[in-house]
Amino acid sequence: MSTDPLPQPKSFQEIILRLQTYWAEKGCAILQPYDMEVGAGTFHPATTLRSLGTQAWAAAYVQPSRRPTDGRYGENPNRLQHYYQYQVLIKPSPPDLQELYLGSLEAIGIDMTLHDIRFVEDDWESPTLGAWGLGWEVWCDGMEVSQFTYFQQVGGHDCKPVSGELTYGLERLAMYVLGIDHVMEMPFNDPQTPIALTYGDVFRQTEQEYSRWNFDVANTDVLLKQFEEAEAACQAILAEPAEDPKTGARIIMAHPAYDQCIKASHIFNLLDARGVISVTERQAYIGRVRALAKLCADAFVETEAGGWVAQEA
Amino acid sequence: MPDLLLELFSEEIPARMQPRAAEDLKRLVTDGLVEAGLTYASAGAFSTPRRLTLTVEGLSAASPSLTEERRGPRADAPEKALEGFLRSTGLTKDQLELREEKKGQFYFAKLTKEGRAAAEIVAEVVPHVIQNFPWPKSMRWGSGPLRWVRPLHSILCLLSAEDGAEPVDFEIGGLTSGTTTEGHRFMAPGRFSVTNFEDYAAKLRAAKVILSAEERAAHIWEDASNLAFAAGLELVEDKGLLTEVAGLVEWPVVLMGEIGADFLDLPPEVLQTSMKEHQKFFSVRNPKTGRIERFVTVANQETTDNGATILAGNEKVLAARLSDAKFFWENDLRVAKAGMRPWLDQLRNVTFHAQLGTQAERIDRIAALAREIAPLVGADAAKAETAARIAKADLSSEMVYEFPELQGLMGRYYAEAAGHPADIASVAEEHYQPLGPSDDVPTAPLSVAVALADKIDTLTGFWAIDEKPTGSKDPYALRRAALGVIRLLLSRRLRINLSKFMGMQFQDHHTNLQWPQQLEFLERERDAAKLIGVSMSRFEEIRKAEQSPGQEEKLIQRLEDMFANADWSKWKAPEEDLLAFFHDRLKVHLREDGIRHDVIDAVLSMPASDDLTLVVARAKALQAFLDTEDGDNLLQGYKRAANILAQAEAKDGVEYRYGADAKFAETGEEKALFAALAQAETKVAPALEAEDFAAAMTQMAHLRAPIDAFFEAVQVNAENDILRRNRLNLLHEITQTCEKIADLSRLEG
Repeated sequence: MSTDPLPQPKSFQEIILRLQTYWAEKGCAILQPYDMEVGAGTFHPATTLRSLGTQAWAAAYVQPSRRPTDGRYGENPNRLQHYYQYQVLIKPSPPDLQELYLGSLEAIGIDMTLHDIRFVEDDWESPTLGAWGLGWEVWCDGMEVSQFTYFQQVGGHDCKPVSGELTYGLERLAMYVLGIDHVMEMPFNDPQTPIALTYGDVFRQTEQEYSRWNFDVANTDVLLKQFEEAEAACQAILAEPAEDPKTGARIIMAHPAYDQCIKASHIFNLLDARGVISVTERQAYIGRVRALAKLCADAFVETEAGGWVAQEA
Repeated sequence: MPDLLLELFSEEIPARMQPRAAEDLKRLVTDGLVEAGLTYASAGAFSTPRRLTLTVEGLSAASPSLTEERRGPRADAPEKALEGFLRSTGLTKDQLELREEKKGQFYFAKLTKEGRAAAEIVAEVVPHVIQNFPWPKSMRWGSGPLRWVRPLHSILCLLSAEDGAEPVDFEIGGLTSGTTTEGHRFMAPGRFSVTNFEDYAAKLRAAKVILSAEERAAHIWEDASNLAFAAGLELVEDKGLLTEVAGLVEWPVVLMGEIGADFLDLPPEVLQTSMKEHQKFFSVRNPKTGRIERFVTVANQETTDNGATILAGNEKVLAARLSDAKFFWENDLRVAKAGMRPWLDQLRNVTFHAQLGTQAERIDRIAALAREIAPLVGADAAKAETAARIAKADLSSEMVYEFPELQGLMGRYYAEAAGHPADIASVAEEHYQPLGPSDDVPTAPLSVAVALADKIDTLTGFWAIDEKPTGSKDPYALRRAALGVIRLLLSRRLRINLSKFMGMQFQDHHTNLQWPQQLEFLERERDAAKLIGVSMSRFEEIRKAEQSPGQEEKLIQRLEDMFANADWSKWKAPEEDLLAFFHDRLKVHLREDGIRHDVIDAVLSMPASDDLTLVVARAKALQAFLDTEDGDNLLQGYKRAANILAQAEAKDGVEYRYGADAKFAETGEEKALFAALAQAETKVAPALEAEDFAAAMTQMAHLRAPIDAFFEAVQVNAENDILRRNRLNLLHEITQTCEKIADLSRLEG
């Protein structure tokens, strides 16, 4: 723990930048967001797929995340249909992961001698990814600021070695650190700069637009069709033989298939927000996405990144 | 006599698992030590969020040396036998002793098992316990092979005696045991070493860790009560929360905070639930108004600003939580005041169970049933129906969506807001009761009517789709529902023929099932289907036509006709099964009242066994009777009569069932018994008719002396065949008369 507290951050982006710097210094590869719509940072293949297999891994990244049902037209102080998560995944989980995590809180200006940090049991499960782990939600003065999970299973595969995953809800954490009550009022960049922007300046309009679209306009017939297409595409990609007929190389297309799985998952979320999925159907849809996630996990562990090693002839 | 100190230091252990884990650690380690031959004086286990600790005092320094003698083969046994014996004992022939026994000369081996030092045994027992620890959920971490509830970081293990401490060395999953530990994560970082339990506990306290969960809880309770008292308020007791919070901190720091004025008008239950569920706050009440006005939170950290930052943060989080609650409450009240119509409409789209339809359909069934039951429990039929119709409206409310545990309670608030009188509104809350075996049973007639209807509908529904509880699996809490019905009926001695109402609901469920499910259902219950007049050929016909596309509507129509014309009065299969389920639950329930299960079995064969109040009255009277000397003797007489009769019937291949005639009676005792039976016949029947079971038993008691006298004086299996037959027929009459009060053959002993 550092003895010299850092100056308080002034903006949302400064908090992100400090996390990036901190985890870079701790040896993580700083990745960029995945270029597809996902519901949480966990969906990024850098977490889902890389937590599988035996290869060591350390990565950190910001991931824009979409939860169509949480849209509130930009009016709710805490709820957004589009928000940012900060995600760290280290495999195998290092023995001092809790200390590393607490260090990251200090890095963004949380003084451990003034605050009450607690690790409260919260077991994580993703029915759509066929994944679960044990860990905590981390509380700072009674507020949940992160999820801390030791992955035990992903896509139906036991995680060996185990990955440690950290997920920070960036808006909520930043609001707390910056002392802001409504997310739209949070300074996005330094409030002293000539063109100071708030979170609302950047996102209020898009929250309105997407809330309307998510809840009332998104064409459910099209979405249903797209879901089916993504599902079929994922299965078709993985049904291809491992050997590429053109190059003769062994190329299992785990990632392109996983893209289709992500797509299906997001479309399901949109359908859910449109209220066209009944309780029973809901379970069935989740089961279909999970089946895709499992196929992709099965495929990934057959690739080199997933720990597959070519047999010596 | 050394003492053992063991500490397993890990990342944060879920609070709910700590007390059990500490007990398990104590049990498993001490069992292991005792099994290895050690003894100890006392043991104590402790838990904090980051450690499980065990102290075992007065441990024997070593296990005793044991000598055991084993007998081997006879001296003249084949060489092979001796070889085998030497192999199994590890001795040589000259180490054996030959001794004379009754059956000849035998080899004997003296085996000595050397005692082992306590440290050696501990080093074996503890890793075994760690590897096999019964956590409800455990995990792996990093690349290691170990499983623990969360990553295990260090193991402190030592034996201490007057002359100093001895480390117990072992290695498990890459961890090496040692004699050091650490204190509070933030207030006292760094490791320190300890020499014995007192030293350990004292150093921990200096390092801001209170080892005992009870002490932490007591400390929290005392500080919180004092803070509340000083402000003229009182702390709302919550033992479960206290235990949980004591498991979340190593150094409790109690802080009392304000609830924003905007939120004080929320119902106290909403404040309490929101604060407890989300924030693990205690509620602080104003004793004058009964309102919740402040909260107590327990931090794990002393700070230079005396908790000001922590409290401000918590207040802010609470304000955000309560704004949500207030938003829900205000939105809900708007809907409630306008009559709750939209909520009831919404329930048309909410599935209760895929095969049992929507919540709205369920409410329709419950309302109809409540109407029927109402007069029998002293409630107004129309009011019962109204109450049933709104009792579940709150399931659509935003508050109940957020806090499902507030269902019913919010229903009452909202029904009142909708302008319903208090007795109807309280049905919303009370019709779910009793929830557990110790929960109160509602007494208001309207609540009783709807509570019964709700539970009977649930039970018949799941029975109709064959989703009964099996073994430990009871996902729809059907055992609880059946027990609820039993307690509702018995607590007010309500006289209800369950079969009638179960029948009504079964019929409803069957007509409401989707038609493929109806088919499936009927197929499963082929015999029952025949019973209700569904012809199997038509059944097959419909099944075949089902294959052809475009015919579905027609088929549904035909099926509906078929069901409408069916004779449901003969429908018995699931109904009888459900009644048997009620009877089973009744036995479990009455066991606590000391009523034997065989006594209940004995009365279940009497008429109206679907009237549980009547069943219990009979059973209680019977058991009281059996507890008297007369009753016990009469039972013995009955059994004797039944046995002799059964033996004679088996031997002769005839049934002695009628025609006992007093004119063949020979002895005085025989005549007296004929007279007593005739007398009993005339008096028992009317008493039973009047359901005066005590009087019926008294009459039966009069039979005891004549029956005893008869068996004393009369030989049943007489030489004279006429006499013998008459006496056997008389025995049958004894059993018949006795069985008027219950099927005594079901009684044990």
